[in-house]
Amino acid sequence: MSVARRALVLTASAALLTACSPSPAPSASNGAGAPAATSITELDYYADEQGSAAWQKILDTCATQTGIKIERQKVPTAQMLPKVLQGASSKTLPNLLFTDNPTLQQVAATGALTPLTDYGITTDGYYPGIAKAGTYQDKLYGVAPGVNGLALIYNKDLLQAAGVEPPKTWDELKTAAAKLTKDGKYGLSFSAISSEEGTWQFLPFFWSNGAELSQLDSPQATQALQYVTDLVNSGSASKSVVTWSQNDVADQFVSGNTAMMINGSWNIARLDEQKSLHYGVVPIPVPQAGGKPVVALGGEVGAVPVTGGPAQQAAGKVLTCILSEPTMLEWSKAHAYIPSKSAVAQKFGTEQPAMQAFVDEVGTARSRTAELGEKYPKVSQALADALQAALTGKTPADQALKAAQQASGS
Amino acid sequence: MTVAAAPRVSATPRANRKSRRDNRFAAWAFLLPALAYVVVFFGYPLAANLVMSTQNYTVKSFYTGEAPFVGIENYSAVLSNPLFSTAALNTALFTVGSIVFQFGIGLALAVFFNGRFLGSALLRSLLLLPWLLPLVVSGAVWRWMFDQDHGVLNAGLRFLGFDAVPWLSSTSWALSAVIITNIWIGIPFNLVILHGGLRAIPASLYEAAALDGAGAWQRFRHVTWPLLRPVTGIVLMLGLVYTIKVFDVIMVVTGGGPAGSTQTLTTWSYRLSFQDFAFGQGAAVGNVLIVVATVFGLLYLRSAKATLAEAA
Repeated sequence: MSVARRALVLTASAALLTACSPSPAPSASNGAGAPAATSITELDYYADEQGSAAWQKILDTCATQTGIKIERQKVPTAQMLPKVLQGASSKTLPNLLFTDNPTLQQVAATGALTPLTDYGITTDGYYPGIAKAGTYQDKLYGVAPGVNGLALIYNKDLLQAAGVEPPKTWDELKTAAAKLTKDGKYGLSFSAISSEEGTWQFLPFFWSNGAELSQLDSPQATQALQYVTDLVNSGSASKSVVTWSQNDVADQFVSGNTAMMINGSWNIARLDEQKSLHYGVVPIPVPQAGGKPVVALGGEVGAVPVTGGPAQQAAGKVLTCILSEPTMLEWSKAHAYIPSKSAVAQKFGTEQPAMQAFVDEVGTARSRTAELGEKYPKVSQALADALQAALTGKTPADQALKAAQQASGS
Repeated sequence: MTVAAAPRVSATPRANRKSRRDNRFAAWAFLLPALAYVVVFFGYPLAANLVMSTQNYTVKSFYTGEAPFVGIENYSAVLSNPLFSTAALNTALFTVGSIVFQFGIGLALAVFFNGRFLGSALLRSLLLLPWLLPLVVSGAVWRWMFDQDHGVLNAGLRFLGFDAVPWLSSTSWALSAVIITNIWIGIPFNLVILHGGLRAIPASLYEAAALDGAGAWQRFRHVTWPLLRPVTGIVLMLGLVYTIKVFDVIMVVTGGGPAGSTQTLTTWSYRLSFQDFAFGQGAAVGNVLIVVATVFGLLYLRSAKATLAEAA
C-alpha cells in the first residue's frame, strides 16, 4: 500500500468516524462546504483485456476533465462482492464503485452507499429499467453509463446455406435450430451455467412468456423452461450448455460450431475481429408473433460509498463526468454497450446498425431487482438450479420449478 | 570443611534455579512468535467462524457489525437441507477417490523411478509439472479436454470406437471428471514424498533380500512397504487434509454443477456465503468440515504414536 493510499484510507476512516458520531448529520458533512479531495480510489471488474482498456480510457478522460487523480483497482467478477464486503467491514471501501446492477441492492442494504442526489445526479432521461435497478428503498444509489441486454446473434452464411430466415417466434426458433443442426454443428447455443449468468440467459424466455420471479412455478414459467429443455433434448442445442459461460458460447459461435447464439452486445467487438464471420443480430424470439421480448437489463452501476465528505464529493464529480453524454457515448462505442439515456441510445442505434436490436430491447428490458430487491440473489440461484436440473434431465421442468419456488420462498 | 561446603552446596541450587528460570524464559521467548502466529492466524479466525455460525450474519452485518445471536439455528437449517447429504456424500467420494488413485499411482511411479535408468531424473522432474501449474490453469485445461463435443478425451474415445462421454454435462459423470482432474494434480505430491521415503531405505536390505531369493514383489511386500510406513502415514494424512478442503479445482472445472452434482461441503459453504448471502449457514458448514478434518487428524496422531511406540 502506497503512502498516499494509506493516508487516504486514514483520512477516510477518520471522516467516517466523525460521520458516525451523532452530532453532525451525514448530509451536512457531505455538503458542498467541504473541499473536494484531489485523488480517489475506484473499483471495478472489467478484468478482460478489451473491456479493461476501454474503461481505463474513460477514467483517464474524466481524470483530465475533473483534475482528480483516479487510482483504479480491478478484480474478477466473482470477487467483487467479497471484496466490497471486506472493505465494508474494515472501513476501507473505494471512493467510487462500479458493480453489476443486481448486486447494488446487496451493497445498498448494508448502508455503505450514499444517495447520488447528494452530488446532483438524477435519473432524468434514463431508461426507467436502469433507474429502477439503481434504486434501493426509494433512494438512488447507482447509475450506469451504459447498459446491455441479450439478443439472438446468427451466422448469415450458415442460415443462408440452410435457407433459414432469422427466427422471430419460439416456433420459428425451434424449426430454425433443428434445420441448422447438422454436420456436427448445433443450431443454437446459450449459457445455462449454475450461477447468475445462467439465470440472466434464461430470463428472456421466462419473462417474455409472462412469468414472474415472485412465482417461479407458474404455468408460464413451466412452459418457458420446458421450451428450453426441449431445445436441448431434441439435440438442437448441445447438452454442454449447462457448463458453458457466455464467453464459451461466443467461442462456439466464432469457431463456427453453432449457427445461432444468445449473447450480449459486449461480444460484438470480438465478432468484428473475425473478418470471415458474417453475423446478424435480431431481438430474442418471442412466444407469439407480435409480442415484445422482455430481456433483463445488464450493465454496471456506479455508486459512491460512505468514505468521508471530501472524497465522496470528488467521487461524485468523477461519476458525473462518466455519466455525461460524450463519455457515455465513448464508453458505449468502445465496449459495445447501449447508452443508458434513451435519447443518446436512439442516436447511437442509428449510427451503429449492428447494435439496433439491442437498443430496441433495452426499451422493454426489466431490472432484475426491481421486484425483489435484496431477495433477488436467492431467487436467481433457485431458478438457475431449476434450469440445470431440467436440462440435465435430473428433474422434470414442472417439479424443478416447484422445488425452486420452495427454496426461494424459505 | 562442612562449613565451607555448606555455602557451595546452597550456591549450586540457586545458580541452577536461576539458569533454569532463564531457560524457561528463553523457551517461552522462542515459542512466543509461533504462539502469536497460531493465535492470530488460526485461533482468531476459528473463533470468529464459530461465533459467526451462531449468528444471523447478513450482508448488512459486514458494515454495521450487528448480527443477532440465533443459537444453533444455522446448524439445524444446514443439516436439514437436502443439499447437505448430497454435499457430504460428494465430499466423501471425492476425497476417497482422489486419495486412493493419487497414492496408488504416485507409489507405483515412485517405485518405478527408484530404479536408476537413463532419463529417470528428467522424467521425474517433468512429472512435477502438474504441481507447479496454477490450479486455475490446470482446471481450465481439463475443462477444455472434457468438452463433450470437441474435447480431446472424447475424440480419443471415439477413435477407439467408444461412445462420447458427457463428462461435464451429465449429473452422473461430472463428479468423476473433477476427481480425475484432482488425481492428476495430486500425483506429483505423492510421487515426490514417497520417492524421498524410498531413497531412505538402505540398499543393503534389498541386496540381502535378493540373496535370500526374494522376487520383486516379495522385496516390495517385505522390505519397501513396511519401511515406507511412516512416510505413507504422512502422505495419506496430508493428502486427506488437502483433498477434503479442495475448492478451486471444483470451482474451475464444474462450478459445483451441473445441477449440484459436484457440490462438496467447501463449494456449498462458499455458495451459502457468497451467492445466497447466508453467512451464518456458510460458517456452520465450514465448522462441520473442520470437525471432520480434526477427527482424522486425531486418528493420525494416535496411529503415529502407536508407530513410534512400536519402533521403540
